[in-house]
Amino acid sequence: MKRILAGAALLLVAATPTTERQRAEHALNRLAFGARPGDVERVARMGVDRWIEQQLHPERIDDRAVEARVARYDVALAPDRDRKKVRQNIANAASQRIVRAAESERQLNEVMTDFWLNHFNVFAPKRVTSFLIADYERDTIRPRIWGRFEDLLLATAKSPAMLVYLDNARSRNEALNENYARELMELHTIGVDAGYTQKDVTELARVLTGWSITREGEFRFRPALHDRGSKTVLGVRTCASCGIEEGERMIRFLARHPATAKHIATKLCTRLVSDQPSPQLIERVAKRFRDTNGDLRETVKAVIDSPEFWSSRGAKLKSPFEYAVSAVRAAGARIDDPLPLARELRKMGEGLYLAQPPTGYSDQAEAWSGTGATLARVDFAVALANNKLPGVRVQTSDAEALAKHLGAPEFQKQ
Amino acid sequence: MNRRLFLRTTGLALFGAALPLHAATRRNKVLVVLFQRGAVDGLNMIVPYGEQAYYASRPNIAIARKDVLDLDGFFGAHPSLASLLPFWKDRSLAIVHAAGSPDATRSHFDAQDFMESGTPGVKSTKDGFVARALAGPKSSVPRAVAITSQLPRMLAGAPDAIAAADLAKFRNDGASKVFAAMYPDAFAAARVLGSVDASGSPLQQVAALIKADVGVEVAFVETNGWDTHAGQNAPLANNLKRLSDEIAAFAKSVGSRMNDVVLVTTSEFGRTVKENGNRGTDHGHGTVMLVLGGATRGGKVHGAWPGLGREQLFEGRDLAVTTDFRDVFAEVLSKHLGVREMGRVFPGYAPRDVRVSSGVA
Repeated sequence: MKRILAGAALLLVAATPTTERQRAEHALNRLAFGARPGDVERVARMGVDRWIEQQLHPERIDDRAVEARVARYDVALAPDRDRKKVRQNIANAASQRIVRAAESERQLNEVMTDFWLNHFNVFAPKRVTSFLIADYERDTIRPRIWGRFEDLLLATAKSPAMLVYLDNARSRNEALNENYARELMELHTIGVDAGYTQKDVTELARVLTGWSITREGEFRFRPALHDRGSKTVLGVRTCASCGIEEGERMIRFLARHPATAKHIATKLCTRLVSDQPSPQLIERVAKRFRDTNGDLRETVKAVIDSPEFWSSRGAKLKSPFEYAVSAVRAAGARIDDPLPLARELRKMGEGLYLAQPPTGYSDQAEAWSGTGATLARVDFAVALANNKLPGVRVQTSDAEALAKHLGAPEFQKQ
Repeated sequence: MNRRLFLRTTGLALFGAALPLHAATRRNKVLVVLFQRGAVDGLNMIVPYGEQAYYASRPNIAIARKDVLDLDGFFGAHPSLASLLPFWKDRSLAIVHAAGSPDATRSHFDAQDFMESGTPGVKSTKDGFVARALAGPKSSVPRAVAITSQLPRMLAGAPDAIAAADLAKFRNDGASKVFAAMYPDAFAAARVLGSVDASGSPLQQVAALIKADVGVEVAFVETNGWDTHAGQNAPLANNLKRLSDEIAAFAKSVGSRMNDVVLVTTSEFGRTVKENGNRGTDHGHGTVMLVLGGATRGGKVHGAWPGLGREQLFEGRDLAVTTDFRDVFAEVLSKHLGVREMGRVFPGYAPRDVRVSSGVA
């Protein structure tokens, strides 16, 4: 047993599951949003390894039931500066996310969608992004999270939501905006310690001038706004006469940079294994990323196949989203209206699509522990168990016992 | 302190640690930190309107001479800060310009981390500098309260710090029947804070906490929306107005207790001197800090002005930092809160005297 972190009320201690039942529990905690009643037995019976293999191929899992459930929320309204429409767009996107997380059979797919949406964070209330956020999730992120990292990266670079959120849509030759170029290196690819300079940021911003959007909210490269002067980024002379290809090549270069493999491996291990993953684990996962040209299925598999993953039971604290959804699943609750849950997530400080900084939300326990967070969670447990969240129905003969279970330190960990 | 609250906190002491003496015997000093997350454009907040280079660098977004609220013939406040002007005039509000961190990073995340850990350039620091300033025996009363849903880095590691976006929530004790025994510390703190009649904006909640005399020594609030890369004038004006009005309302609400309270604003860095192509500004270096209340030597813009001439800029593009943010906090922590061991609060750094606080309220 390894001591990981002593919080105010929560001692996170890593343990290794031994029985198939314990392995199933661990897998359901980390690779799903927790177990519903009966899930542990079901997964143990079919075999944990088989269940994981299935989860790694979500396209093979029939999920029509939940898709039918969320179809009614698949609506985005042009905001026209109307705050009500902005709120409605975010509410629709959040409703879909919550129902999918709670009810989809493709659980690992939902966990990784949450991870990548946070990695490529977009703050939905900014200008027209609320209108673009549902497309961003459906058309940019979800279809690519099991493919190659560089394709996912390039898709986000051309996504209207990201172009608006980080201002690149407005950047042009002679009128540079370096917001996106900086975060592209710092957050999306090589990481803040990779040794780039302010000059690299400015030059990369010049490379990406002209990457813009149309009035209808579609990507468009505008050659007239593109800076055709010579540029050098991270010591590499770019192809100044290549137009849009200049940027596409640079983005693929960044995706293949060894520092990117390390950065992505670190974030994946932090999300799936522990808040302080060992350098050895990170290097193993980074190597798989490099060896497979950034194949994200293979990279996630490298994390799950590691002994570190299996010896980390109980070492992570659930994030607010993980906590709330896992409580709903554990209680076997029926969601008629997801919005009260979206509200609860805002109260816990991590409303969906509402992380303002490009960093997204923290993936480490220190952001979620502490007295205020504890009180918010037990309040949530009491409200859920007593059917005080309108639209979320729990059937129980002993609400107090259920609340106690969901609010206990054991249930905060995964 | 009112009698009911006194009994309640004394009751707590029976099964917790001893109460800090001052909580029951005298009004304690309070530091309020307001973090402007996103890097505020200090040059448009407190405008060096006497400097031609300012106007030359910002043809579209500069605040015109005729619009600034003159402070000292060289600097003027953004017109949205009108509600702070009375505090400038009665000398309870001081400004420190060209303040910031010596670290050159333009990463929001790293710069906030460095500022809150109090160790620019050092990523391995685990705790926040305010937490280190509060180090001492564990208290049954929260000594630091953040009106945020998550504990800020500045308070990380403080055993008596608590974060809550809405103090009113603590009055709801539906959960305490089930959970008080499971989480005794959390519910002990909740009983103290729940006795405070706090509502409204985060700063209004802080004002209520201060007036209730429950022994809180540090309060923390944060605001967002300062990362103005495009079309900045309208949103910046709105945000500054809200900031100004909330600080003014806070000071009014705290009233005469402002002698015991110092409020400091800070932001991770400033923004480029030149406007960018979208009538906004990109990540820069030096910015501005406000210090209000207590024994502040107000009515003065402190700090050496580095100038905005080409050769005077940091890395050829940003306002240079002439006052380290640690100098301002060290002075307020020592003179106002009476913190002695500054070597522990800011390891490896010898704070310089900025004379923004006289130490005698």
